[in-house]
Amino acid sequence: MNKTLTYIKTKFFSSPVDAFLTISISYLIYITIPPLIDWMFIKATFAGESKKECVAGGACWIFVKTWFNRFLYGMYPNEEVWRINLPFVFLVVSIVAYRFLNEKLKKHLFLFLTIPFPILALMLFSGGFLGLEQVDTREWGGLFLTLVISIFAIIFCFPLGVLLAMGRRSNLPVIRYFSIGFIEFWRGVPLITVLFMAGVMFPLLLPSGTNMDKLVRVIIAITLFEAAYMAEVVRGGLQAVGRGQYDASKAIGMGYWKSHIFIILPQALKLVIPGIANTFIALFKDTPLVFVVGLLEILGMVNLAKTNPAWLGMATEGYVFVALVYWIFCFAMSRYSLSIERKLKTTN
Amino acid sequence: MSFFQNHLEKIDQFLNDHPKVKFLLPQAILIVLVVSIISYFSFNASSNLSARGINTGFGFLSNKASFDIQFSLIEFDSSMSYGRAYLVGLLNTILVSVIGILFATILGFVFGILRLSSNPLASGLATCYIELFRNISLLLQIFFWYFTVLRLLPQAENSIVLFDVIYANIKGIYFPKFIWTNLNLFIYGLIFTFIAIYLFNSYANRLRENTGKTLPQFLISIIILIILPTLVFFIFGVEVDFAHPKLETRMGIANFIGGSSIIPEFLALAFALSLYTSTFIAENVRAGILGIDKGQKEAAASIGLTNTQVLRLIVIPQALRIIIPPTTNQYLNLTKNSSLAAAIAYPDIVLVFAGTALMQTGRAIEIVTITMLTYLTLSITISVFMNWYNKKVSLTER
Repeated sequence: MNKTLTYIKTKFFSSPVDAFLTISISYLIYITIPPLIDWMFIKATFAGESKKECVAGGACWIFVKTWFNRFLYGMYPNEEVWRINLPFVFLVVSIVAYRFLNEKLKKHLFLFLTIPFPILALMLFSGGFLGLEQVDTREWGGLFLTLVISIFAIIFCFPLGVLLAMGRRSNLPVIRYFSIGFIEFWRGVPLITVLFMAGVMFPLLLPSGTNMDKLVRVIIAITLFEAAYMAEVVRGGLQAVGRGQYDASKAIGMGYWKSHIFIILPQALKLVIPGIANTFIALFKDTPLVFVVGLLEILGMVNLAKTNPAWLGMATEGYVFVALVYWIFCFAMSRYSLSIERKLKTTN
Repeated sequence: MSFFQNHLEKIDQFLNDHPKVKFLLPQAILIVLVVSIISYFSFNASSNLSARGINTGFGFLSNKASFDIQFSLIEFDSSMSYGRAYLVGLLNTILVSVIGILFATILGFVFGILRLSSNPLASGLATCYIELFRNISLLLQIFFWYFTVLRLLPQAENSIVLFDVIYANIKGIYFPKFIWTNLNLFIYGLIFTFIAIYLFNSYANRLRENTGKTLPQFLISIIILIILPTLVFFIFGVEVDFAHPKLETRMGIANFIGGSSIIPEFLALAFALSLYTSTFIAENVRAGILGIDKGQKEAAASIGLTNTQVLRLIVIPQALRIIIPPTTNQYLNLTKNSSLAAAIAYPDIVLVFAGTALMQTGRAIEIVTITMLTYLTLSITISVFMNWYNKKVSLTER
């Protein structure tokens, strides 16, 4: 008993400031958490079909339940959603399985996931062959669209960012200044204006009559934008690799590309894993901005649903749901990067 | 495969034998590529624009805008030009960025320091706060404050009243407008005060360095800050009057007339920007404080500095050096993120200019270009300023 008392005293009341903090934070928790739990669980309505059944005064989760498929898949036809589920389930299974495979299989799986898999998945999503119904990208939406945009942008922005980072450190002045200009331009403007550009200005720059898909334009815009950030992260890694590594690889007769691919980049990228992960997380969090060109990812779908006359006043429930989805994805990504970082550190 | 490899090796050999080619060829390819892409785009653009009969050029900036802006720091009505509308949008962007940066910094420092507290309750709260707000999309946070929290405020008739002069309701926050006489003299007085404080402090610093005598700098600065403006206020006949907002009911709708007001869009945006950015600043602050060697504090204590002196003279200057560069990036991000204003119709530069003005004039290329250049200029200005400040606090090695 005495022990716990001393523990409490040293931890929570060691100084007047500490005591003040303890008391005020306890009060804060007391006034916020119980009502929140009340609203989310105790007084909430889970079962039912329409808004009328939400009479308990808490959250109306029927809203999320009814619109669940729309939040996940957008306007994608209900009977076709297996075409979305299949590739994503495969992706999750292979990421989990990746840890347990031997080196050779790992390599094959990695190559398959980065190049043929996205193309196959895209073909399956849009359909129009083998009797699969064609689904226009206008009908894509919800979390599915969020993931499509972020995964493709990540796949494309990574190599581009590495090239730009190398360009910025190049001895060739034209390439160096081009890279600097490119990076600083995209880093200096907000994503929303870039998307405006993709939405309203880019069609004017193509020959009249060509109609590039809106989704493609958005992915290009986000890729260019995030590549600039990726370049700065990778540059940090390149700078941190010792001068001796460059000299040594040159001394054994390796050229620029060979030494970068086999010696410099593996070390540099390992150093900046947290930065790369942060860029990916930022990219993921930026996807709702595609509303400016009229694409509706998960947040856009909630905004659409809350204006439905039968479901007015459900904004809070919708936002809490989306917040939860975003939070889980971002938190998981940041923890995953931490674990990779730790793993690489120990093997070093 | 080996055939392919052979050729690659031959190319490699050739390039190694001709260093000039190796130097010039990639650059020439890049130049040709960039020039051809640009000319392809501009050719298409000019043919598209002439086909649609859209004029080009920046002359439209002086045309009549014929739309109203809900919130503006300078006078604006629909008879004024697009150029003026641009200025209104730009000022609104700057306003929300400055307020956001101010609060994000304060919150960031508070939670960054709390996270290092030995009190588990305090550090736990800070951790929850940081992990919660940094992992949720900013746009969602803006929507949340705007559509959920601020909608909980009462109607104008039942406004929440603070100190009898500030009224908060669903349409915004209303407070008395200041009506000054001789405001310019008062501002000169303030400028003079700051110069006086600066001069006094540099004198005190020199005195300390030369003779070792210390003056109570902080106290005297505060005294100057209070006395000088007060003197100016009374001697030069500066007067301030208040125009209180009044509740009036017109056609059954109650509203506050007169006084100044802050619109809810601004509040939601400033709130979301401050909270979101503060989590990143908090992490920088934590890293900065953790980055200082324990020996520094012990050494400072051993030469007889007091606790506050250790903090003020040893810890903070060194921590700032670590904190500033990444925090600059956060300030830049906040400024750029303020463009999300368009989503809740806060009249910033994107909404006013790239939204309404673009819709009315159809000058997509000019308007998107101006908007992007504006943000580039803002970004460069902030980074130049912060580089200067960074240089000032950086280690001077002698």
